[in-house]
Amino acid sequence: MLGRDEDILKAAEDWSKAGRGVALATVVETWGSAPRPVGSNLVIDSDGNFLGSVSGGCVEGAVVTEAIDVIDSGKPKVLEFGVADETAWQVGLSCGGTIRVYVEKVG
Amino acid sequence: MKLDILQALNAERAARRAVIVITDVESGAQRLVKAAEIAADPLHDTLEKRLRMGKSGMEDTAQGRVFLTVHVPSPKLVITGAVHISQALAPIAQILGYDVTIVDPRTAFASSERFPDVTVIAEWPDVALPPLNVDRYTAFVACTHDPKIDDPALLHALQRDCFYIGALGSRKTHGKRNERLKAAGVSDADFARIHAPIGLDIGAISPAEIAVSIMGEIVQSLRQKPARATKAEAA
Repeated sequence: MLGRDEDILKAAEDWSKAGRGVALATVVETWGSAPRPVGSNLVIDSDGNFLGSVSGGCVEGAVVTEAIDVIDSGKPKVLEFGVADETAWQVGLSCGGTIRVYVEKVG
Repeated sequence: MKLDILQALNAERAARRAVIVITDVESGAQRLVKAAEIAADPLHDTLEKRLRMGKSGMEDTAQGRVFLTVHVPSPKLVITGAVHISQALAPIAQILGYDVTIVDPRTAFASSERFPDVTVIAEWPDVALPPLNVDRYTAFVACTHDPKIDDPALLHALQRDCFYIGALGSRKTHGKRNERLKAAGVSDADFARIHAPIGLDIGAISPAEIAVSIMGEIVQSLRQKPARATKAEAA
């Protein structure tokens, strides 16, 4: 990951220090054609505000919903998205790839 | 991620030091390993390989299946000499994601017309280099053929532990450079770190081909050599 990437991790720190409930989502595995590389981050707060990208827009909505649960429970989750998962998540990647996203609470 | 880990991670990134976060995605257990700590880490082989490749990913380790988030500062390229080779080398390096700066006190060479999309500093190395924060994620190439410009810049690059240092010039030129730099206090081991004649041996003739051979050698140095902690990181 290049240091010049949009500074999502700094935002995660700043949001957390400002007292907001914060979760961090990270692409940990990809198969086939995936829109964002492994290591890509999305930071989410308990109001559903987010910054960054794990899929270029395809599954961010679902990740944000799950992240709010993670902020409440404190328990990390691994989410998987792909064309085969439409029944499970109601969202999919139009590119035909599969991604696995780790969501953890910050703080 | 615990806030203290996130803070330490951001501090290392801001200081342009490499760092790896190891996460057990099942349990959420997490720890941070600074570049200087990798050699002593139980997972050092895996961590060193990941650091060299600059790639995050899942990894099966003795401690189970973990996700490694690898943060490596973006590489920089500093060139002395706003010369013909630099005109080809700078855009090639930019395509590879390098942040490029050219230093040449000769204002006729160091013009923005000759280098439209590159930072060019028309100053002597002793003025131009210190603010550039040359570090171990910097490649340095000396291209002026003028010892008054190249030598002080090479000394700076050696002190700052650049991952790649190359100098243009024949073996004979390099022999004379050896005498001068030795007189300036450079050890044999340090002098041996300077790649000269510069570039991979691909039979390059034109300035653009020489630029390709230099860039190939820079990539090789970045990706094939083991990452090592610098004095600064060990401190």
